[in-house]
Amino acid sequence: MTSIFEADGRQTACTIIEAGPCVVTQVKTPENDGYHALQIAFGERKEKNTPRPLRQHFAKANTSPKRYVREIRDPEIQKQVGELITCDIFQEGEIVNVIGTSKGKGFQGVVKRHHFRGVGESTHGQHDRSRAPGSIGASSFPSRVLKGMRMAGRMGNERVKVKGLRILKIFPEQHYILVSGSVPGHNGSIVLIEK
Amino acid sequence: MDPISFVHQQLTPAKEFPPFKPGDNITVTYRIVEGNKERTQSFKGDVIKRQGRGYTATFTVRKVSDGIGVERTFPLYSPNIESIVLNKTGKVRRAKLYYLRERSGKSARIREKR
Repeated sequence: MTSIFEADGRQTACTIIEAGPCVVTQVKTPENDGYHALQIAFGERKEKNTPRPLRQHFAKANTSPKRYVREIRDPEIQKQVGELITCDIFQEGEIVNVIGTSKGKGFQGVVKRHHFRGVGESTHGQHDRSRAPGSIGASSFPSRVLKGMRMAGRMGNERVKVKGLRILKIFPEQHYILVSGSVPGHNGSIVLIEK
Repeated sequence: MDPISFVHQQLTPAKEFPPFKPGDNITVTYRIVEGNKERTQSFKGDVIKRQGRGYTATFTVRKVSDGIGVERTFPLYSPNIESIVLNKTGKVRRAKLYYLRERSGKSARIREKR
């Protein structure tokens, strides 16, 4: 992340996304596969590190082996196998959603994970309660903890969609897209941009 | 070149300003846009902090105006800053001069570096 100054002088936080070029490696059709989808691939990968079936798959699309392969269901754009998808399908000022895998936070308590407020005060004779979850249910009825009760546990490292990000700037030659705000995941992780 | 420096090379115009530090007395002249009118205003005071690096760095200037402390934080590369003038270099022992907030009068002065 960084920030840029817009024309009116306001500073806007933004994220640089290297958007493509992605190769269409397979077109799934309702006749063949039961649904419509585009399989796209991104990022270089050494030929010697690619299993032979995958190498053949990429050879069919006439490209070198790629690192990441993703499927886009019911795409709005029409593409043939071997064609490139670049950042010129987006326009500056457009509103997009960005999907990625959030940073793993490990085993976290309820205050961080579910925004609980903790129990009790830090003084007046209380102790060890300020980040506690409180009651998790009634007693003899129902005699169990209800399913879906929010508790401590693993947090992050899950699919997250951030909606309503604005495209501030596109550098077609570098394939960079500047998107307002933040995007899920670590630096250098892979995300999907949808219109 | 890494993406962040590339983007700033393209979008953030390079700027010249004197090398100022916390404790220095500076005058910042900046543009204010009100509706479609534009005017400049200057803010003179002591730099109490410089924060961040690169193109997102900011600095905070503090002055006492009619007995009321006023602080303003500016992004260093803001296009609204017209000029920064270094008036005095101060002699301070800290990078963040937050202690000035609790002081007033004589003890809130910063000695000049000679």
